[in-house]
Amino acid sequence: MTSASPFAGAWREFCENRTAVLALAVVVLIVLAAVLAPWITPQNPYDIGTLSLMDARRPPGYVGSGGYVHWLGTDAQGRDLYSAILYGLRISIQMGLAAGLVSLVIGGTLGIVAAYAGGRIETAIMRVVDLQLSFPAILLALVLVALLGQGKTQLTAALVAAQYAYFARTAYGAASAERRKDYVEAALAIPLSGRRIVFRHILPNVMPPLIVVATVQIANAISLEATLSFLGLGLPVTEPSLGMLISNGFQYMMSGRYWISIYPGVALIVLIVAINLVGDQVRDQFNPRLKR
Amino acid sequence: MLGFIIQRLLQALLVMLAMSALVFVGVYAIGNPIDVIISPDATQDIRAQAIARYGLDKPLWEQYFIFIGNLLRGDLGRSFVFGMPVVQLIMSRLPATLELTLVAVIGATLIGVPLGIYAGYRPESPAAKAIMTASILGFSVPTFWIGLLLILTFAVWGGMLPAGGRGDTVSVFGVEWSVLTLNGWKHLLLPAFNLALFKFAMMVRLSRAGTRELMLTDTVKFARAAGLSDATILRRHVLKLISIPIVTVFGLEFGSTLAFAVVTETIFSWPGVGKLIIDSINSLDRPVMVAYLVLVAALFVTINVAVDLVYALLDPRLRPGERS
Repeated sequence: MTSASPFAGAWREFCENRTAVLALAVVVLIVLAAVLAPWITPQNPYDIGTLSLMDARRPPGYVGSGGYVHWLGTDAQGRDLYSAILYGLRISIQMGLAAGLVSLVIGGTLGIVAAYAGGRIETAIMRVVDLQLSFPAILLALVLVALLGQGKTQLTAALVAAQYAYFARTAYGAASAERRKDYVEAALAIPLSGRRIVFRHILPNVMPPLIVVATVQIANAISLEATLSFLGLGLPVTEPSLGMLISNGFQYMMSGRYWISIYPGVALIVLIVAINLVGDQVRDQFNPRLKR
Repeated sequence: MLGFIIQRLLQALLVMLAMSALVFVGVYAIGNPIDVIISPDATQDIRAQAIARYGLDKPLWEQYFIFIGNLLRGDLGRSFVFGMPVVQLIMSRLPATLELTLVAVIGATLIGVPLGIYAGYRPESPAAKAIMTASILGFSVPTFWIGLLLILTFAVWGGMLPAGGRGDTVSVFGVEWSVLTLNGWKHLLLPAFNLALFKFAMMVRLSRAGTRELMLTDTVKFARAAGLSDATILRRHVLKLISIPIVTVFGLEFGSTLAFAVVTETIFSWPGVGKLIIDSINSLDRPVMVAYLVLVAALFVTINVAVDLVYALLDPRLRPGERS
C-alpha cells in the first residue's frame, strides 16, 4: 500500500458502482466502434459508387445487392444503416469532444482570470457569463449557426459559445475559493510570480470540478449538435451526423418505415445516457461532502 | 430602494441596446435577402427599386438607427416572405406557442411536484426509484427524439392521435385557441407532453430535494408530535414550504420553455413562433429573425429584472446601500 497512486484508489472507488462501470464500458465500446468504423462496416456509406437505389428503404434483415444482410435496414439513398450509424457516430463524437474541450479551455481560462484578477475584469467577465447562463443554450446555438453558416468549424464555434459559460462559472467558483486561501496569500508574499501561482497552485485545484462539467457538457454538445442537425441547421449534407440521419428518416416514418430514424436515435441515446451516468459517478467521487 | 430599481432598469436598458445592436449586425451579415425578395430574372431597375424600398442601400449604421427608431414606435419592419408587418405576424403565431407552453409547464408542475414529494417522502421505495429514473431520462434524452417516438407510437402505429397541426380552434376576442375544443386537445396532447418532459424532470428533482430536507426539520417533527397524519403534513406544510423555490423556477423556466418550443413545434408542425423562426432562418427572412431575437432578449431581460426586484423586496440583504 506504500505506492498506491491516487488514480488506482479513484479507479477502485469507481468500480464499486456497477452501473457506472457498465456505462463506461458502453462508452468505450461505442467510441471504439466509431473509430474502427471503416474496418468493421460492410460499406462506406458516403462512397456513392457503392450505393444502389434498388436497396433504398429496405427493412432490417434485408439482403441487398451487396450480398450481405442489412441488419438495421437501409435509408432513402440505399445506405446500410449500420454503417451509416457508425460513420455518423464518428462525426457526433468528434463534434462533442471538440466543442467540450475548446469550451473547457476558453471557459476555464476566463473563470480563473476573473477570480485571480478581481476588480473590474472580474465584474466584466462574470456579468457576461451570468447574462449568458440565463439565456437558453439551444437558442444561442441556433442563432449562431444561422449567422455563421454550415460546417464543422462554424458548428463547433456555436456549441462553444453556447457552453463555455458553464465552465467559466465552475472555474470561477473553484478558483476564487482557492484564491482566498492562506497558502495563495503566502505564495504571493514570497513573492512567486502570478503565472506560477495560477499554473502550479490554482489550476490543479480547479481541474476536478471542470472535468466533471466537461463530461456532462460533452454529452450535451452531442445532444445539441444532433438537435441542430435535426432542425436542418447543423452540418452540411456531406458530413451526416446522427442528427441528420434521424432527420432524413423523419419523413419516411409516417409511412411506418421507422428504422431509418429510430436506430440512429437509439445509438445517440445510449451514448448520451452512458456518458451522463459516468459523469454522475465522477461527480460524486469528486464531491467531498459525500465522502465517508 | 428607488436608487436600486433605477440602477437595475438602466442596466437592463443598456443590455437591451447592446443585444439589439449585436443581433442586428449579426443577422444582417448573412446572405443577401434581395435574392429572396425578388425573382432572379428581374431587371436591374426593379432590383435597384426593391433595394431602395427596403432601405438596403443605406450604410449599416443608418439602417440600425432607422430600425431602433421604428422599434420605439412599435414597428419591427415587414417580413420579406409573408409581406406583412412582423409584429402582426408574430402576434398571430404567439397564441399557439403560449398555449402549448402553458399546458406543458402547468402539466409538468401538476404531475411532477406530487411525484417529487412522494420520492422525497419515501426515497428508498421502488416507486421513488422509478420516478427518479424517469426524471434522469427526461433530463438526458434529447427532446426531438422523444417527439419522434411519440409520433411513431401514438400517430403512426396507434393511430390514436394526430401527428401534427393545431386542429380545430375557437376564436375568443379575435384570438384562436385549441384548448377549447376536443379536437384541439387531441392535437395538443403529444407536443405538450413532449415539451413538458424536461420541466417534469426538473420539478421532480426540486420537490424531491425540498421534501427530503423538510422531513428532517423541527416543523415536521412538531406536526407529527401534534398527531397530524403524514398525508396532512405533506399537504399542508411541506407543499407550502417547497412551493417558494418551485414558483421561482416556474417563472424562470417559462422563458426557456418558450425557447425550447422551437424544437417541439418543428417536429409536430405546430404553427407557433418557434416554427416561424426556423422557417425564417431557412428562408433568410431577416426582419422576422431580428424581431424574434429582440423580443426574446427583451423577455429574458424583463424576467431577470423582475426576479432581481422581487428578491430585493423579499430579502433586505440583497439591497445595495443598506448594508450596515
